[in-house]
Amino acid sequence: MTSTPTTADGPPGAGAADAPAPPEPAGAGRAGRVARYVAGRLTTAAASLAAVVVAGFFLFRILPGDPVRAMTEGREVTAEQREELRRQFGLDEPLWRQFLDYASGLLRLDLGTSFQYREPVAELILDRLGPTVLLAGTGTVVAALLGLFLGARAGWRPGGRGDRVNTAVALFFWSVPTFWLGLLLIVFLASGRGFVPGLFPTGGMVAPGADGALETALSTARHMVLPVTTMVAVIYAQYLMIMRSSLMDEKGADYLTTARAKGLRDTLVRRRHAVPNALLPTVTLVFLNLGQVVSGVILVETVFSWPGLGQLFYSGLRVPDLGLVQGLFVVFAASVILMNLLADLVYPLLDPRVRP
Amino acid sequence: MNSHHRPSGLLRSPGLRRPRGAPLRRAAAAGTALLLAATPALASAPAAADEGGQDTLTVAISQQVDSFNPFTAQLAVTTNILRHVYDSLTTTNPETNEPAPALAESWETSEDGLTWTFRLRDDVTFSDGEPLTADDVAWTFTTMMENEAAAVANGNYVADFRLVTAPDDHTVVIELDEPQATMASLNVPIVPRHVWEPVLEEEGEAFAEYGNEDFPTVGSGPFVLSGHDRGRSITLEANPDHWRGAPGFDRIVMRYYSEKDAAVEALRSGEISFVYELTQAQATALESAEDIHVNFADGKRFQAFTINPGAVTQDGDEFGDGHPALADRTLRQAIVMAVDNEEIVDKAHGGRAVAAGGYIPPRYEDFHWAPEGGGADLGFDPDAANAMLDEAGYERGADGVRVSPDGDRLRLRMHVHQDRPANVNAGLILVERLADIGIEVQNLTVDPGVLSDALYAGEYDLIFTGWTVNPDPDYVLSIHTCGALPTEPGTMQGDAYFCDEEYDELYEAQLAEYDRPARAELVHRLQEVLYREAVVNVLAYPDIMEAYRTDQIASIQYEPAEGGNIWGQEGYWAWWSAEPASAEAGASASGPSTGVWVGVGAVVLVLVAAGGFLLFRRRSTMEDRE
Repeated sequence: MTSTPTTADGPPGAGAADAPAPPEPAGAGRAGRVARYVAGRLTTAAASLAAVVVAGFFLFRILPGDPVRAMTEGREVTAEQREELRRQFGLDEPLWRQFLDYASGLLRLDLGTSFQYREPVAELILDRLGPTVLLAGTGTVVAALLGLFLGARAGWRPGGRGDRVNTAVALFFWSVPTFWLGLLLIVFLASGRGFVPGLFPTGGMVAPGADGALETALSTARHMVLPVTTMVAVIYAQYLMIMRSSLMDEKGADYLTTARAKGLRDTLVRRRHAVPNALLPTVTLVFLNLGQVVSGVILVETVFSWPGLGQLFYSGLRVPDLGLVQGLFVVFAASVILMNLLADLVYPLLDPRVRP
Repeated sequence: MNSHHRPSGLLRSPGLRRPRGAPLRRAAAAGTALLLAATPALASAPAAADEGGQDTLTVAISQQVDSFNPFTAQLAVTTNILRHVYDSLTTTNPETNEPAPALAESWETSEDGLTWTFRLRDDVTFSDGEPLTADDVAWTFTTMMENEAAAVANGNYVADFRLVTAPDDHTVVIELDEPQATMASLNVPIVPRHVWEPVLEEEGEAFAEYGNEDFPTVGSGPFVLSGHDRGRSITLEANPDHWRGAPGFDRIVMRYYSEKDAAVEALRSGEISFVYELTQAQATALESAEDIHVNFADGKRFQAFTINPGAVTQDGDEFGDGHPALADRTLRQAIVMAVDNEEIVDKAHGGRAVAAGGYIPPRYEDFHWAPEGGGADLGFDPDAANAMLDEAGYERGADGVRVSPDGDRLRLRMHVHQDRPANVNAGLILVERLADIGIEVQNLTVDPGVLSDALYAGEYDLIFTGWTVNPDPDYVLSIHTCGALPTEPGTMQGDAYFCDEEYDELYEAQLAEYDRPARAELVHRLQEVLYREAVVNVLAYPDIMEAYRTDQIASIQYEPAEGGNIWGQEGYWAWWSAEPASAEAGASASGPSTGVWVGVGAVVLVLVAAGGFLLFRRRSTMEDRE
């Protein structure tokens, strides 16, 4: 993994954005340093990716169980039928040969074939990518907005009633098991028990009968309510806590005193001066989480039968469907690495203190 | 400080100025509007199973589709679906569990039992209008015999076929290498040659990956596969021209629920009509729900534990690391006698099972066998078990654990599937009961993959297993013949390293016996041998638990009719016979609008409350500041 910039890179609570960047020698030297910085980050990312490719192959080979046995479990098959399956999956080949096939396939962007679905892994992933990005993306955006909004307020008046209540509530949900919360929402808001009607669907993404763009969109929106709620409830605390502590760090800063001295209202001081500076650490978190948007939220997708990548991964692990899980592993890892790389590249633009 | 506070906009970059409004209020209003916009869709929600017409039966499934290619489909969900799309030669009579006519009206065997002649119905057409003839049948079987990729799913049925011919349009002749008593239960989907021959040519080597997803698929069964939205739903349309008569429902939709508890809630809400493979807790909870019928069917499956008698290959090479003392039959029998199967039923299955005797579950009346007293009875008797072990020289050590005559302490590993609650519970009981006879058990509750690896490596002492037994028990009997031993470690066909000469002779005899009562007698004696040798020890036959909504399904055929199940039938009786509940019943069950408005009210209330909280917070922080 690439290194992650945090506030530790600069003295916390120091002069910050308003302060001048460290003195810099002019012109060509700087461009060279930037180029070196970018190249360094790119190399690290490429090395990480290569490590992931190798690990992805051998890691899943260590998984206990045999895909052919698991897939034919309880079926009345003969030894010949099992052998044929083993041959079709390429499991009769020596390990190094399997690895070469897999690695050379990756170079051609061929992620291999799933054992249980008998379809190219890339196609399966593309098919599930949309739903996952829709769900996890919406969830991340809502959680980030909610967390940052509440966190900014909590951090502005730490120890106040709003802070105590909001932090407690957020930490409560953070510690609640996703699975349990999801099922609870289904039981109370979807199944129509007692006098509470079934407000939302119990699972899936679109009602099977829906046709037409509007109907599909409305149906999808309805299906999204509970999963997004579950996801947001569980993760928004991260944003809240980071925003809160980083705003607390900024609170004592001199530039805020200056702003107040100018006669600005308290809200404006917070909004225009404190929050933008406190936002920096959360940028890292947002990027990290964006990388995970692709891998989805396995538990939420499973509880709500959401047809996304997380659920696909879960179904692959049970077999183990080696072709599928190693392909997904590479894609998940690549997306995290890519987002991390982006964070590394974007961060210096936002924070002069870490500029090369 | 300035007392003129406004709720802040969410996140704003310092440079961007927005008109000062009340962003929070606007956001709340937008949220409410969005919810209200969603209500027309909401209104139809509780009656969701009726979407796309009244006569839709919705089933919750979780297993993914491997392939709709009947030559290669392996998984339970696809083989089940394909049974409704393609007819077979014969089916199972839901009253008697015996083979019954389907495509074949009648069948007969030659004197030597090596030639079977099937006479086909003359009124069968495929869903594209082409007639189904003997040529289609012969081509289907021959393809499986000649093409290895086409034998992946059902090759076991044709392993002993020599030749299949179609002397005329309605006669199929199958010649065998060896007599095969399972010939009247060939569960092989018959496909249209005019569709599949071109596919086979076109796909060539890639046939193994051909998924048969050109909808609607052409078949002769009571349903036509009409759509598959991967990971979301599978749709079957009724074939109104089916020779047995049109199915009661127009459409069957299988919807994906990856979590069974969520599927149970969907059944409560009416989004689905049927859910299967319930746990005992789920079934019990549903029993009290309105408009839901829970079906507790006689088990098809047995739950068993096997004792490692010493893993060997067919050539007699020993491998693995099973406890050496377990080669002694007396010790194995004592272990069986220490376990109370009634206790397993009560505590591990909550009473939803039948205590086991023989290998074949009692739902198959004529093949089922139970020990009847006398010397052969290994029923629960810990005192007798202790006496047997004392006599055989297994002395108790200072810690109460016995030591074998060869000096090995009786500490046994036990592998249990961690994902099967009934096995986990039964395992806990076994630990206690075996302690009663001086055997220490190391309880290894593990991932099924770990368990499977231990089994095939012969590195276990006690291990849990279970099989679903089909109306023809041949296969589950075959896995305990000496031929099922591994040729080399890891390749075992069976699941117990069992090998017994008498058993093998009886097995061959039953396979060649075409007279059903005589064959049943041989099957009884096979179970007796298995029981006596105490390698494969059956504990219980768990009930099948499934539930459906009576306001959506008025009636449905069980297989067998008495104590039978709905999902996973040998035939297509359930979905073919299911009749929709009347329209009024459906409407009264849905009653959407009031509920919806109450719900919308609740949501608005929550929004108002949240808004109030925020306002309150604002005021309080304001006071802090003054």
